[in-house]
Amino acid sequence: MKRVLIIDDEPLARMVVREYLQGMDGIEVVQECGDGFEGIKAINLHKPDLVFLDVQMPKINGFEMLELLEQQPAVIFATAFDEYAIKAFEAHAVDYLLKPFSKERLQKAVEKYLGQTPAQTKKQNEELLESPALSPAQHERIVVKTGTKVKIIPVQDVLYLEADDDYVSIHTAEGSYLKNKTMGFFEQTLDPRYFVRVHRSFIVSVQEITRIDPYEKDAHLAILKSGAKIPVSKSGYAKLKQVLGI
Amino acid sequence: MSNQTASSLKLDWAFAGCGVAWFGLQSYIIHSFGFDWYTASIDGLVSTMLLAAACWLINNNLRYYQPGKGSYINLFIWCVALAGFSMAGSRYCLPFISAQNTYVNFLSQSLVIRFFTNFLAIGWMAMISLIWFSQIDHKENEKRKGEAERLAREAELYNLRQQLQPHFLFNSLNSINALIGFKPDEARKMIHQLSDFLRGTLKKDDQQLVPLTEELTHLQLYLDIEKVRFGHRLNTEISCDNLCGSSMLPALLLQPIVENAIKFGLYDTTDDVTISLRGELEDGYLVIMVQNPYDAKTTRPRTGTGFGLRGVQRRLYLLFARNDLVETHANDDIFTTIIKVPQA
Repeated sequence: MKRVLIIDDEPLARMVVREYLQGMDGIEVVQECGDGFEGIKAINLHKPDLVFLDVQMPKINGFEMLELLEQQPAVIFATAFDEYAIKAFEAHAVDYLLKPFSKERLQKAVEKYLGQTPAQTKKQNEELLESPALSPAQHERIVVKTGTKVKIIPVQDVLYLEADDDYVSIHTAEGSYLKNKTMGFFEQTLDPRYFVRVHRSFIVSVQEITRIDPYEKDAHLAILKSGAKIPVSKSGYAKLKQVLGI
Repeated sequence: MSNQTASSLKLDWAFAGCGVAWFGLQSYIIHSFGFDWYTASIDGLVSTMLLAAACWLINNNLRYYQPGKGSYINLFIWCVALAGFSMAGSRYCLPFISAQNTYVNFLSQSLVIRFFTNFLAIGWMAMISLIWFSQIDHKENEKRKGEAERLAREAELYNLRQQLQPHFLFNSLNSINALIGFKPDEARKMIHQLSDFLRGTLKKDDQQLVPLTEELTHLQLYLDIEKVRFGHRLNTEISCDNLCGSSMLPALLLQPIVENAIKFGLYDTTDDVTISLRGELEDGYLVIMVQNPYDAKTTRPRTGTGFGLRGVQRRLYLLFARNDLVETHANDDIFTTIIKVPQA
């Protein structure tokens, strides 16, 4: 028996999926959720095999919800119209349903899921979440988990990002938060007019810089309003000069 | 860009080649008049250098400044002057190299010929440059025109897509799909609402002014559909008195504002959301205030006008030539949009 969870902020949209799944052999709907926070709780509680996930939802979207999970379930996405997301789905061969969809189309998606090995599903999900800018929202906020709480950081609050093993440490005035992503991901996702990768391990918010001092051969140090000193490599300095127009 | 540098590099090489050929030819001709190879080649070298400098000057001039139809005479004068300069250069430089009487005599006798050959060469250069640079200009103009056309096309497509509101449309169809199964009557009702709404969107044109009551009726269709989609989460409060109900405003002005408020409100909180709209008549203006909740801790509302409001501001600007008719405020977790429409 495969246990299924439905996450969508529109009650009628959840109802369609439930109705279509009724009577399908080996499928059991364990819960319905109206937003990403409920979704995280339900996934941790039920450990479902398969999740039907809406992309556009309140507070955190479907992708951000997945990023916050420790263990990724298999996912079939459902969306009405998201240019960004559909491009990413196609690039990573993740199955998705375009609303409104037919019962046959949903059955096909479920069959595809049943035919896949869990390893395949996991790999597709990971690749999908690493692709930059799945939705315009990601240019504006970063969602992180602190303990059991979810914290939404507007990008305006970010001072700088620092590589930290497999994680990226996001520094704000209130403190730092860890996120399981690569520097490359943030370099491609954040607005290049405001965030510059000044060093292999550092991305800095341009508006936070008060001064740039020379430091050793070819290298510089960016001094932030908060007093933090960020190393700037030779190529990073060139990029910074271009953005600052000097 | 790289293409252009490559072709101008080719031109430079051709220029250098011509110079070498000119130098060889002149040295040979002077040698054939009975001077030794040394004198002949020095003469050839100096004259060619002077000519090359003149050619380079005229070429550079034409690169940055293309004469209009009437000023070809200027170009002609330029060519004559440059030919004169290069001739004078030869006249005063060459005696330093070889002071033999026969050579100096030969030099002064050949000045007229030198002047005319120089003039022909410089004129030739000017003509080639003129054609070359006007062709480059032409190509660039074509490119710019193509670019401008592409941008205009994209803007038009974007506008069409905005009018269609694919997100709203597909989600509404999805809701209807759900209702068909267990509440067919409501499905039917929603189809009618959606049709009426779409028809209303299509039949109005941008310039048309309509009374506020008519605009609100149209808006109500939109809100009813959104309420079916989002269920109990979405509440609306609309208030306007009889007086402002008959005030005029551009058709379909409010829908994008309310759409913005709903999107902002519903996607920025997980609680129930109340969108309020209040109309007032104030000092000859119809003032409409739309409010929605948001979460100040996690969202920084853009100061000024957000994305959806830019179109509204643009329309009001085109109709009333004023940029101060749209205002937004954000405080205490409430986002307020205020629109002022001047009443004739």
